[in-house]
Amino acid sequence: MKTYDAIVVGAGHNGLTNAAFLAKAGLDVLCVEKNEYIGGATVSRNLYKDWYYSNCSYVCSLLRPEIFRSLELHRHGLQVTPYGGGVTFMEDGNYFGSYWNSEVAHREYARFSRHDADAYERYSADVMRQTRFIRDSLLRTPPDPTSFKPRDLRELLHLGRRFYEMGEDRMYDTIRFWTMSVAEYLDEYFETDVIKASMSGSGIIGTALGIHSPGTAYVLLHHYMGEVDGNVGSWGYARGGMGSVAKAIAGAFQSYGGEIRTDAGVDKILVANGKVKGVALTNGEEINARIVVSGMDVKRTFLKCMDEKDLPADFYQRVRNFKIRGSSGKLNIALDGLPTFPALPKNNPLLDGDMHFIDSMERMERAYDDWKEGTWSKDPYVDMVIPTVTDPTMAPPGKHFMSCFIQYCPYQVEGRAWTSEERDAFAKTVIDQIGNYSPDFKDLILHVEIRTPEDIEREAGLSEGNIFHGELTMDQLLFNRPVPGYAQYRAPVGGLYMCGSSTHPGGGVMAAPGANAAREILLDLKRNNTVPGNFGDD
Amino acid sequence: MTDRYDAVVIGAGHNGLVCAALLAKAGKKVIVLEAAADVGGAARTRSIAEGYSVSACAHLLYQLQPGVVRELGLNVNLAAKKMGTVALALDSAHVRLNGGKVDGVSEADAANLRAFHRRMTRFADLLHTYLNQPPPRLGGGTSRDWLTLARLGLDLRRLGKTEMREFLRLIGMNIYDEVDERFESPLLRGAISLDAVLGTHLGPRSPNTILTYLYRLCGNHGTLDLPAGGMGSITEALANCARNNGAIIRTGIPVKRIIVDNGRAAGVETESGETFDSWTVVSNADPKATILTLTGSRHVETGFTRRIHNIRMRGNAAKLHLALDGLPAFNGLEKKDFGDRLLIAPDANYVERAFNPAKYGEYSPQPVLEITFPSFRDATLAPTGKHVMSAIVQYAPYDLRDGWSDAAHEAFLDTTLATIEQYAPDLRQRIIASELLTPKDIEREFRITGGHWHHGELTLDQFLFVRPVGGFAQYAMPLDGLFLCGAGAHPGGGVSGAAGRNAARAILAREKAA
Repeated sequence: MKTYDAIVVGAGHNGLTNAAFLAKAGLDVLCVEKNEYIGGATVSRNLYKDWYYSNCSYVCSLLRPEIFRSLELHRHGLQVTPYGGGVTFMEDGNYFGSYWNSEVAHREYARFSRHDADAYERYSADVMRQTRFIRDSLLRTPPDPTSFKPRDLRELLHLGRRFYEMGEDRMYDTIRFWTMSVAEYLDEYFETDVIKASMSGSGIIGTALGIHSPGTAYVLLHHYMGEVDGNVGSWGYARGGMGSVAKAIAGAFQSYGGEIRTDAGVDKILVANGKVKGVALTNGEEINARIVVSGMDVKRTFLKCMDEKDLPADFYQRVRNFKIRGSSGKLNIALDGLPTFPALPKNNPLLDGDMHFIDSMERMERAYDDWKEGTWSKDPYVDMVIPTVTDPTMAPPGKHFMSCFIQYCPYQVEGRAWTSEERDAFAKTVIDQIGNYSPDFKDLILHVEIRTPEDIEREAGLSEGNIFHGELTMDQLLFNRPVPGYAQYRAPVGGLYMCGSSTHPGGGVMAAPGANAAREILLDLKRNNTVPGNFGDD
Repeated sequence: MTDRYDAVVIGAGHNGLVCAALLAKAGKKVIVLEAAADVGGAARTRSIAEGYSVSACAHLLYQLQPGVVRELGLNVNLAAKKMGTVALALDSAHVRLNGGKVDGVSEADAANLRAFHRRMTRFADLLHTYLNQPPPRLGGGTSRDWLTLARLGLDLRRLGKTEMREFLRLIGMNIYDEVDERFESPLLRGAISLDAVLGTHLGPRSPNTILTYLYRLCGNHGTLDLPAGGMGSITEALANCARNNGAIIRTGIPVKRIIVDNGRAAGVETESGETFDSWTVVSNADPKATILTLTGSRHVETGFTRRIHNIRMRGNAAKLHLALDGLPAFNGLEKKDFGDRLLIAPDANYVERAFNPAKYGEYSPQPVLEITFPSFRDATLAPTGKHVMSAIVQYAPYDLRDGWSDAAHEAFLDTTLATIEQYAPDLRQRIIASELLTPKDIEREFRITGGHWHHGELTLDQFLFVRPVGGFAQYAMPLDGLFLCGAGAHPGGGVSGAAGRNAARAILAREKAA
């Protein structure tokens, strides 16, 4: 019976990236996927006629350019097109637009407040500085601060030096930025409610925290640190939907000789004498390998696919306490035509970007209060895009695909499973909110796919439907991610590794965890490293 | 021509007094100017009705730094030591706890509490060392700063691998998740949550509430003492100590401004026009009042002013004082329980729900309370057979949406009493006199901007290196000769004396260096 060099569990973008780098180094790698399609949460699905839904992740920015180039994803069909800005519709019929062109942006801010227009320059420079600081760490393995190993000390020193080089004032700013709430951070710059509300959304997407919760300023950064074509902070659409990202990485993997098996869900990761020996599939088949890499989140990996007795008790307990909370839902909608928004003239370029319908900080925070009480937000924060305005390949000519990301939506309603009435009520809440700003929207709806965190868990395998494989709070970042002492991609079982978003630097279609884990594995195997380092910003 | 002092201290709060006493003890000629008629600031005893006295703001002693007591030879007279806590239950199945010991919960909870308490006190001890010295500057500092940083790193490592990891994980976390993982008793969860959020604009689900919980444990591991004669007796003792060392204390003298001469502090001018000259001005006032009002932003750099302006210090804790003609009948309480601290925080979700409205400028319809009956332990506070009740009530936001009108004040008092009546139905019949101090009242009466008892939210972004603002955590303000010695400076509030003592040391060290 064949023994692979490595089996990667889960063909999400991180699993595939990991597999690709291992295969590129000459390993014999098999990637197994429970669904009949690859991609995990990075998929384009044909669920209604000729429409292709990016039904989980829906926009692209974080994907590391180093990985993009190293795996030559352009050769495997990946094309990311930036989209311009976005809009927040206001209850009084006005709107606030965000633009990439800084002069236009300045003018738009000034329409509300001259003070805010000036503050925007300062804000952008300050956030960009933080972005630079964090980007450097994305393709590095977090050091263990309790270790005296030369490599850990070197990496700690590197981190310390990067920090020190900012200069004294900026160091203090950085400490504050990493610990503040997004609301309070924005309060220090801006005075206009709608401007703050519009910007604060990035601080809570995918997060079971409110805009007033300390630590959410960092989450904002997590959404700013990406880029499209070298344009830092910009977001784009993958042509053909997010599935194109997974397809391209899979293409690269296969071009290096890798093998993918779909419809091959893992039931157990097999351990013998404290070492992994392969996986057992749900259909009973066993596959042997010297190394197993899990692209699943840590809860699924260790609590569902392993035996407690094979793991150290302390580790097991920590994984159990790992915070992975479903807080976001989605609606994927097929449209008969492009809805109009009377607040904006037809063909306004803002309609090509993301649209939001919450215009005050209070409404943002109240949305979170509902989640805390175990229900979906009655006035939710919706991040809505119509990718087909930019990418006509996702729907038939003249028709459109709309993706609505909804914050907040609980994993369970008041502690029990969702009923179909509740699912419909949840969808209605969102559709009504959009309908308030677009009178023809409801009539254009042909099909709606409702996705609660429960659905996301079932289909994409994300525990509790948490899109980041675990909360991005300070206690679960850097050397604390996923749990303290195990942040270097190695699980406490010989030959077992973690490469999903539960590991540093966390979720989003970034592929950095997958690449970082590959680097560690190749290091352990004393193979040549195929994983690129940082390009650097300067 | 007025006398020239070595130092003028603005405000006779406990930190101002500690600082003045230590400076005087070092041989400095010190004068303390207090706006109110009495010393004490927010650590004061006052009468609420004839014969009834109560600690007007802070009411329990849990943080007074042993170092301060030792150095000043302070004689602290306590009416009660190591008071217990009763977490009140609506169904009278109360939980009684004291430090790591607890009654009324499962075996598992009791064991978990012991472990939790052990770990928390250990972390608090680590923190405590650094609260009693100026925080090091990052970069730009001296070799001493580097040394302190290196020692901090070493101390962390000395915790051992496991505990160091746990510390680094917990320090940014929220108390809600921690109690939720550890304990099954809702009352226990509520009680610990309440301790973590008292005096803050945070709910138990807010990250950072482990830090605020640890902060309470620094110095005395959270043991609760009741000073005899109310909190005022502590500050009176401090004032006497300052006077004995030669400091002059003058009350009823509000300072109008800090005199700036050639870009440095040169003394203060009072409301009545009197001036006190000194090249060292120490402010026990909060940072906003000190810089924006007393100094004037034109004397400091714009960036610094902006940072001071951005300090978050809007209080949420109200104080309720009742004069009672007897002890109210709390359901399921024994008489001796009145000597303890009673909490209304039946579970962590209740506390979080109480916090929700505060975010929108509304007060809690079901507030959380920390209730004491100081007269039960200290007969001097009320006539024989009568009692006073002193309680902290949260949340009552400083910036109530429609303002703290008389009607709003009245309505919140009613809400608060109704909340207590769920546990003590006869409360209202016992009331002889009542007083409710909202953060607005506290701001006015105790001259604390925002009425916040820490002179600035105690969160990681306003803690240690960045308290009150980055680069100025070592007590010296950017105006030469001006120092901060109050709770707005490192390490923060609570009747601890740490800020006052650290400031005195910084002032003396600077003189030595000059």
